Amino acid sequence: MTEMSFPGSRPLNLSRRGFLSGTAGLVLATALPLRPARAQEAAAEAGPPVPLFLAIRPDGTAVLQSPFIEGGQGIYTALTQIVGEELDLDPAQFEVVPAPPGAPYDVMGGFRFTGGSSSVRSSYELMRRLGASGRAMLIEAAAARLGVPASELTTKPGLVVHAASGRETGYGDLSEAAMELAVPADVALRDPADFRWIRAGLKRLDIRGKSTGQAAYAIDVEVEGMLSAAVQHAPRLGLGPASVTNLAEIEAMRGVHSVHLLDGAVAVVADRFWQARRAVEAAEVEWQETGAEWPLPADFSSDGYRASLLAQDGPGLEVEAEGDAGAALAGAGTVIEAVYGAPFLAHGQLEPPSATARFNADGTLDLWLPNQAPEMFLAAAAETAGIDPSQVTIHSQMLGGFFGRHFLYRTANPFPQAIQLAKATGRPVKLVWTREEEFLRDAVRPLGTARFRGAVMADGSLALSAEVLGEGPTGRWYNAPAGEDGSAHEGLTGKPYAIPNRRIGHVYADNPAVIGYWRSVGHSMHDFFYEGFLDELAEAAGRDPFEMRQALVAGSPRHVTLLSEVGKLSGGWQRGPYQAEDGSTRARGVAMASPFGSEVATIAEISVDGGEIRVHRVWVAIDPGSIVNPAIIEAQVQSAVALGLSQTLVEEYIYEDGAPAARNFDSYDILRPDQMPEVHVAIVESGAPMGGIGEPGLPGVGPAVANAAAALTGRRFRTLPLSGHDLSAG
Amino acid sequence: MQLKVNGTLRDVDVEPDTPLLWVIREELGLTGTKYGCGIAQCGACTVLVDGQPTRSCITPAEMVEGTEIKTIETVEDTETGRKVVEAWVEHQVPQCGYCQSGQVLAATALLAGTPAPSDEDIDVAMVNLCRCGTYNKIRAAVRAASEA
Repeated sequence: MTEMSFPGSRPLNLSRRGFLSGTAGLVLATALPLRPARAQEAAAEAGPPVPLFLAIRPDGTAVLQSPFIEGGQGIYTALTQIVGEELDLDPAQFEVVPAPPGAPYDVMGGFRFTGGSSSVRSSYELMRRLGASGRAMLIEAAAARLGVPASELTTKPGLVVHAASGRETGYGDLSEAAMELAVPADVALRDPADFRWIRAGLKRLDIRGKSTGQAAYAIDVEVEGMLSAAVQHAPRLGLGPASVTNLAEIEAMRGVHSVHLLDGAVAVVADRFWQARRAVEAAEVEWQETGAEWPLPADFSSDGYRASLLAQDGPGLEVEAEGDAGAALAGAGTVIEAVYGAPFLAHGQLEPPSATARFNADGTLDLWLPNQAPEMFLAAAAETAGIDPSQVTIHSQMLGGFFGRHFLYRTANPFPQAIQLAKATGRPVKLVWTREEEFLRDAVRPLGTARFRGAVMADGSLALSAEVLGEGPTGRWYNAPAGEDGSAHEGLTGKPYAIPNRRIGHVYADNPAVIGYWRSVGHSMHDFFYEGFLDELAEAAGRDPFEMRQALVAGSPRHVTLLSEVGKLSGGWQRGPYQAEDGSTRARGVAMASPFGSEVATIAEISVDGGEIRVHRVWVAIDPGSIVNPAIIEAQVQSAVALGLSQTLVEEYIYEDGAPAARNFDSYDILRPDQMPEVHVAIVESGAPMGGIGEPGLPGVGPAVANAAAALTGRRFRTLPLSGHDLSAG
Repeated sequence: MQLKVNGTLRDVDVEPDTPLLWVIREELGLTGTKYGCGIAQCGACTVLVDGQPTRSCITPAEMVEGTEIKTIETVEDTETGRKVVEAWVEHQVPQCGYCQSGQVLAATALLAGTPAPSDEDIDVAMVNLCRCGTYNKIRAAVRAASEA
């Protein structure tokens, strides 16, 4: 994985501080800092601003300002483990809250976001220093209080201890004095051999509240005096409302406050959301073409877009190469060619998007909303409201699932509508998008496709040329130039295999749809393409796919170990087909992926029943270098396997005539409970730089399943979802 | 109309066909019951009506007059509900948590009627969607609660 920074202009002019432009550059989701960001480096010199991150209450419990948003990935708990370890305070004694936008919480070097599986690894050193500095300040305060040298003091969880006199003082009693002290510039960190909470599978802080209905999300926000709103979006992006022909009827409906024509939507504001929804759905709207910047063509379709991609000529911009793939393939006896593809996908997070906006008497704006990047939402909200960013307060909320859904996507966030409605009504307004309106405006995982040519050379080595066609979200939203947009090719690039002659090209092509980040981004499909084709090469070489991968990573001990671990975890590699105890005929497939700084090897076991794939077991070995909470890692891998399997088996967001065909879960399948396989996880700690956790479990699932299907049926499945293929056919 | 929610009769002034979900959330202010799809596909809105798991997003309020409606807020009022919640915590089931009110109530209803469910019983009863894919932990927690 490479670090990418791209200077240059911004499409959205979002920031008063220009954090996305000029020399600040940008490092986003697909490519994260492997070295400490500047803020951390600065903190290392001056000491982190402890009082701004950490408050210790008189009762000895602590409140931690989290730069990152909790959405189920366990970040709040992980941060308390890291800070608590160094502060010497039991992680269970923490409350964690989302930090407001701006410094000092922009810990990725002048900005931050929750994504790219980056929260822990990008802040690990800072959080340790934060805890250690806080502990030093508490000791210093205790030294003054007790009139003894700080060197005579030590701590145990929540207490400063003077062993010589047997005196102990609680952190809660010392906090007020401690937080007045200068933050020490240089503090010793705990020896990892003495860790008690880092690397322990501690229980999460948010579980009981989420098991008893007490956890609150953006959709649950209530502000005094607020009205509720619902929208009807134009059926196709680019249309806007000309009129509501039954306006009087709508305005007369119970609870309705007012009806509003917005950019690309009609909104009804009412006393209750249900009233607003019923009214807006009854609205008869005349739609007309508008001057929208990105109208979706009236004839836009998934099939048409796929065909237009495949009509693009290669070889595209070279994004990775070694040796001379062209010459090798020209001299090869047999060249294998294949085209792989994957569809658009919806995020389908179970909490529909919402936003609550309130203008205050002094002209300032308060905004409650789900988001993965508070600084960006703040700037965009200020622009929408026509006020200075200093006049806007963002209240980030717990996310009811995100998977990439809550980045700033021009037409996919409800908050601009909420701001306009609050302004128009003079009242606080909570806007909720119904599931149907969400499907209509989600920022979808791009449809993607890649062309492969490959050969087994006379010396047994492989030659490979791949061209990936399309556009990535980092190009779309952050101006990554073609050729430097990792989100458009990751998973075809960065593979661990020793292939002496290879070339990966990116053929850039505009995607008319509003595309976004989806859990594991480009890896979500590109590893499926690559690992499937690699199995095709193994077949051509007459080699077992597991054995061939072992040979291809033989020069990398980290990957040798990982493959060996997943093999062991699965009870020893066997491809099959073989007869299982229940009488079913099963086969297995294997795949490797290198997403977000971690390394992953996956084996899946399947059978076919009534023409449909049944996935029985999935084994995942993951090497994130080093870890914070193994229980959270296991849970995140389970989750990533579920989402990976969902897109492998059933998911497909289809455009027809400029609009999505599916508007709810009755026409867009996601993985059901009875489709969930057993998942077994092995964590390998190689000691490599810390990698990500939330996304890396996903990319290997699709190819492992598809490769198993090939082993079972003798046929290759090169497009997702697999439900699109009849596996019973011979 | 009057609805009996969590043991208390409440007067609500709504159109008779207003979905129970929105009465619970907007009129009674009980936001533990979640809106996910509105068409009875996901189960995030599950409440218990006379003990039966019910998708409140498509249940007109007028249809449940005279019934006992129970929401997640009082799940721990019963021994079965307490066991389920403890199992959910012990097995660390939730991730984002948004679907879990419905999952917990579905499990509570299952175990209230079938204290020792078979795998098939669990398959039939635990059909709510979870986008975080906590399905294996849900199954393990239901098992644990049935054995507690």
